[in-house]
Amino acid sequence: MQVSSVVRASVVLGLLVLPVGANAQTRGDGLQQQIEQLRTEMDALRHDYEARLAALEAKLAEVQSTAPAATPPAAAPAPPTTAQAAAPEGQGTLPVYGAGALGSKIFNPDIAVIGDFLGTGGRNLVAPAPALAMHESEASFQAIVDPYARADFFLSFGESGVDLEEGFLTLTSLPGGLLTRVGKMKAAFGKVNTLHNHVLPWADRPLVTENLVGGEEGLSDAGISVARLIPNPWLFLEVTGQVLRGDSEADLFRSSRRGDLSYVGHLRAFQDLSESTNIDLGVSYSRGHNAAGIVDGTDIGRFTTELFGVNGTVRWRPLRRAIYRSFIGRTELVWSRRQQFGGRQDAMGYFLSGDYQLARRWFGGVRYDRSERADDATLFDRGGSVVVTYWPSEFSQVRGQYRHTRYAEDSAANELLFQFLFSIGAHGAHPF
Amino acid sequence: MKRALALVFLSTWLAAPDVLAQGKLTIITTTEDLASLAREVGGDRVGVEALARGYQDPHFVEAKPSFILKLQKADVLVAIGRELEIGWLPPLITQSRNAKIQPGGPGYLDGSLTAQILDIPQGQITRAMGDVHPLGNPHYWLDPENGKRIAKALAGKFSELRPNDRSYFEQRLAGFVTRLDEAEKRWLAIMAPFKGTKVVTYHRSFPNFAERFGLDIVGYVEPRPGIPPTPQHTLDLIREMKRLNVKLVLIEPYFDSKTPNAIGRATGAEVLVLPPSVGGVKEAGDYLALFDYDVNLLASAIRKTGAH
Repeated sequence: MQVSSVVRASVVLGLLVLPVGANAQTRGDGLQQQIEQLRTEMDALRHDYEARLAALEAKLAEVQSTAPAATPPAAAPAPPTTAQAAAPEGQGTLPVYGAGALGSKIFNPDIAVIGDFLGTGGRNLVAPAPALAMHESEASFQAIVDPYARADFFLSFGESGVDLEEGFLTLTSLPGGLLTRVGKMKAAFGKVNTLHNHVLPWADRPLVTENLVGGEEGLSDAGISVARLIPNPWLFLEVTGQVLRGDSEADLFRSSRRGDLSYVGHLRAFQDLSESTNIDLGVSYSRGHNAAGIVDGTDIGRFTTELFGVNGTVRWRPLRRAIYRSFIGRTELVWSRRQQFGGRQDAMGYFLSGDYQLARRWFGGVRYDRSERADDATLFDRGGSVVVTYWPSEFSQVRGQYRHTRYAEDSAANELLFQFLFSIGAHGAHPF
Repeated sequence: MKRALALVFLSTWLAAPDVLAQGKLTIITTTEDLASLAREVGGDRVGVEALARGYQDPHFVEAKPSFILKLQKADVLVAIGRELEIGWLPPLITQSRNAKIQPGGPGYLDGSLTAQILDIPQGQITRAMGDVHPLGNPHYWLDPENGKRIAKALAGKFSELRPNDRSYFEQRLAGFVTRLDEAEKRWLAIMAPFKGTKVVTYHRSFPNFAERFGLDIVGYVEPRPGIPPTPQHTLDLIREMKRLNVKLVLIEPYFDSKTPNAIGRATGAEVLVLPPSVGGVKEAGDYLALFDYDVNLLASAIRKTGAH
């Protein structure tokens, strides 16, 4: 080892030179003592260096002996993640991740979390929203319970507090073709009410939803839902009946006695007009006790609210270019009959919207809103929105929405909403 | 309240009981490839219908209620599996009101369970890699050997549900396998001179096809599965194709041909629309015709471009 021999030589040389120089300069007992001291110090140093050098040499040898063996795998171009032809001939069995004790994880539900970040700019004196908000984070847990049922849980986390958005059991194999749900669920009133925030084509909900159908939480309650298909040779016809406790978060319905249940009925008709075009129509009815008659915690008015709804969706998606082009036109009309002190208020509202897919990742849309207020039908709000949505991938969306609203108070609001939606975890179903 | 209750119950109980076909087995498949195989094996003892068309992207089928009606009446649902249909089939199954075809039910058949599956990811996978299929590449039907395996599984399932027709199904299976074997020898002979031909494909739809017929897939138009082409990736791909002298770009009929055509112009490669599914083009009317069409199209393109 070249390096070590040079060092060793210089150490030895230094040992020889030093005593000679010292001898030449001074003579005396003290001098001899000093020389002895230096010599021992030099000896100690030499031992130290030799030990260090030996260690270094050993290390070097080790590195040199292992290096040639290590290079071939490093140079191999195999991608670390997807091994080609992993399964041997005819072995299609599903891979098991982990084994033994980890086997129980296989039965864990599919878990996904969807983040919804919402920013709002502009001026709105009637319904102001925060400038920046982590609007909602939805955690979903979904699995098959047993051969007869599946369960779906959707927990929505606001910036503070958790809410059970939906949590229900679906009995998939009841006789008579009855699809039954038990739990807390979004009521089958119209279309928008059933949709979670992240599958809406807008960053907000239409005015008619805000004014007449309970806003963002909407008609969502604990209860039982039964849906049945009506066999006929012409079209898809499904009737849904729901019995719910009679409470909804925005006080649309309020149950003050056990018998104050709310009811929802929905009839859905669907027909393919062609391979690429289809039409989806629905009529809905709902009835429940409202909060207008409650004075000092006692329901003296015993007032009810009835809702009637009509919804329609037209979809166009050419199958050969299904991932690049599509159009969805939506409308929903709601009539509300709300009893309250001073008589019944009959309010009506609707929205009309169209969403066009311009390219694989780009969507543009418009919406027109008009709705009277449930508790005072002489007041009405109207507005319009223009929406642009970009999908970086199937798992995230960025959306910008310009919204103009003219409120009944003769106050106009011009706002810019921007939204980031992102999903992690299990691959959910695409919305339809 | 009584009125409303009555409305709910009347509306839910309305209508006549379901009419179930007792004679023929009703088979619903997710893709036309599976439908073709089911027809080969089932003959006139089964009625077969596919949900997705061969010319549409099987990852992005709409979960239309009209499909619920088809599933409601199905005795058997045959799926490709490996999460190909994860975006649309589960909600349809849930709403089908058909206990037979629920996953794990007697009428649910996942075609991938007996097939040879490629690209099963090893180690850590994340969505940074795009829309990866964690259970392996679901385009496995594009290998005649897997076609035989699926056909065998179908015959087994049909026999299980109609034990009296077992010999009929087995006879039809044997006949189909014989025809497929003969055809496969022919296809292999056509492709044999072109073994090792380098190609680029749009999506990872052809690994099984490439392995069986000796193609060497050296790149993809998509930078990552499910992510549309980016300018940088396209430039890199063009450079790589020039370096390796790749003369063929294979695209599925449902992808936009703009980027592949630009790559073709830049490299002198031919862009070939190669249907990965039965029904992808008119000529590919059944499982055998699909391979006939694809193999002949490829062979003539390789000869023309001198790609080999």
